[in-house]
Amino acid sequence: MSDKKEIVNKKEETLGGYVLHNVPFPRELNEETLALLKQMEPILIEQPYSITYLHSYGQDSPFFAGLSNKVFIGCREPETGYTYATPRGHCMYSGKETEWMRFPDEGTIHAFTVCHFGSEEFLPECPFILVLVEFEGANTLFLGRLLGVDPDDATTDWIGKKVKAKYLRLSKFKPTDVYFVLAKE
Amino acid sequence: MRTVYAVSGGVSKFTKARHDKTYPAIVKEAYDYALTDIGLEHPQFFELVDGTVASYFSDHFARQLMAGIIAQDYLGMCPKPSHRVEGGGATGGICFQEGWKAIASGYMDICLCYGFELMSHVETWKGNEFIALASDVSFDYPVGGFYSGYYAMMVTRHMAEFGTTVEQMAHVSVKNHINAYYNPYAQKRNRYTIEDVRNAPMVAWPLTRLDICVMSDGAASTILCSEEGLAKLEKAGATIPRPLVKVTGIGRGTDAMRMADRPHQSYEDFYRYNALPNEMDDDSRAYYKELWDKGFRYPGVHSFRAGRMGSREAYKNAGITDPLKEIDFVELHDAYTSSEIQTYEDMGLCRYGEGGEFAASGKAFMPGVDYGLDLPEEPICSVNPSGGLIACGHPVGATGLMQAAFAIWQLQGTIGKHFGDPTLQVPDARCGAIHSHAGTGTYVTVSILERG
Repeated sequence: MSDKKEIVNKKEETLGGYVLHNVPFPRELNEETLALLKQMEPILIEQPYSITYLHSYGQDSPFFAGLSNKVFIGCREPETGYTYATPRGHCMYSGKETEWMRFPDEGTIHAFTVCHFGSEEFLPECPFILVLVEFEGANTLFLGRLLGVDPDDATTDWIGKKVKAKYLRLSKFKPTDVYFVLAKE
Repeated sequence: MRTVYAVSGGVSKFTKARHDKTYPAIVKEAYDYALTDIGLEHPQFFELVDGTVASYFSDHFARQLMAGIIAQDYLGMCPKPSHRVEGGGATGGICFQEGWKAIASGYMDICLCYGFELMSHVETWKGNEFIALASDVSFDYPVGGFYSGYYAMMVTRHMAEFGTTVEQMAHVSVKNHINAYYNPYAQKRNRYTIEDVRNAPMVAWPLTRLDICVMSDGAASTILCSEEGLAKLEKAGATIPRPLVKVTGIGRGTDAMRMADRPHQSYEDFYRYNALPNEMDDDSRAYYKELWDKGFRYPGVHSFRAGRMGSREAYKNAGITDPLKEIDFVELHDAYTSSEIQTYEDMGLCRYGEGGEFAASGKAFMPGVDYGLDLPEEPICSVNPSGGLIACGHPVGATGLMQAAFAIWQLQGTIGKHFGDPTLQVPDARCGAIHSHAGTGTYVTVSILERG
């Protein structure tokens, strides 16, 4: 990674900050002035758009109830034992309904990244670390956040490190109610 | 199935923001270009065209439901049959294939495919949020929904599995940006070095800003037809360039939306379900056995099973058994330098694990272009001669159709005419592949176009 410092030479473009109620327009309309309208700059207006959804976790709801009680549960196909670290109501192979099972609080880092930018909702949290966590015996992974390491020290050596699950005391009923820190080796 | 010809294409200049026109008017530019190129005007074409397929990804970006019918109306295509397709980043590729199906099945003789996206109507980070909503909103998005982050996780795993380096990834960025230097349709036409790529601001470790495609406003179109459709067009006065371009095979694959759910299959299952004909030899079997013995599992998060299955099906339909030797160029979905490397492997241009080395080898570069790099091997199969998504831009619903238009021009040998510069004309191009990719590798289309 480069240690070259970025010097900003361009002001960031943002919306907002103006009120516009009229624009120039020819006083007299004739062949010439009407033709000139083809050269007019486009008018841009803001259209705010805000929605609150009532999102149901449906059959995955017990997972979030588990997190709020500091317990990590995943799903298992009852006959084959194929195990999903991220909850899944039906097995992708057999099509059968899965059953809940408790997971250990320790896993290992399968893959990771440090997000220095992000979607608008998460910009204030940058830089943050995403990890895909492997749990022993599970066939699939779980996406979470890693805390307690310096985001500027990113290295692929982090892959394979043991991590331990920690839980928010005040649940938000989101998958981030659980997060991970490096476990003592 | 009937023979399908791809006779014309059109692309609007991709830019950061097209405030001068509404999206239907930008689609009209791409449509008019495709029509003008075969010497027809709208009323003549309208008499002959059987229907259309509309392509755009996001109702959020458009802030207009049923945006497809508004474009259909503006083009003057009502009351012909039409439908909108949507499949994330692969929307344009899916559109092209739905047009192919309409012709191949005999439902239509002439079909217009058009696609667009206007991504400039929201700020960049809101745009990233919209795109991230194309990940599981219960388990992926709330953790820090950001597509560059998802792809960066794939990269770190690819690096750990295979020793892929950031410099190898940067070779892709240098290649695609310098190719685009000769493409007037491209959004970014800059010459960069490996150092420039690595010194660019870090977005999601290890991906820098120059490893990642940009958001764009743009539109593209293609005209597909049957043998009968070709005769009708020519009878109406169309000048269809020779050699003709045929679509000789299509393929499509899918995979789990949540990367965490991707299987980790055995060697035996890989050979049963996913291997390509050129991987059936003893040397490849031994190579893969060794990978599995070291702990490699397929597809994991480092490989795109959907891209492999789309390639496998398309190659089977087109009779391709050795893609690197038989395909002269590929326009593939390089939303990230790393995903171009992953896609080399999915498409069988090299084996899984060899993508990084392949990227820096020179095999995927254009002949006759100075990249300022010391490349050990000669070009064999140019990948993204247009500059790809990284340099051309990625107005999602238009992207797969842009690839189709560029592929048509390559096979016609008309790149010089359309680009005003012959530098990017792949010499004696006879067979090309276009590859369109969605999500974290959830829908992938591969279509094979050939001279004939």
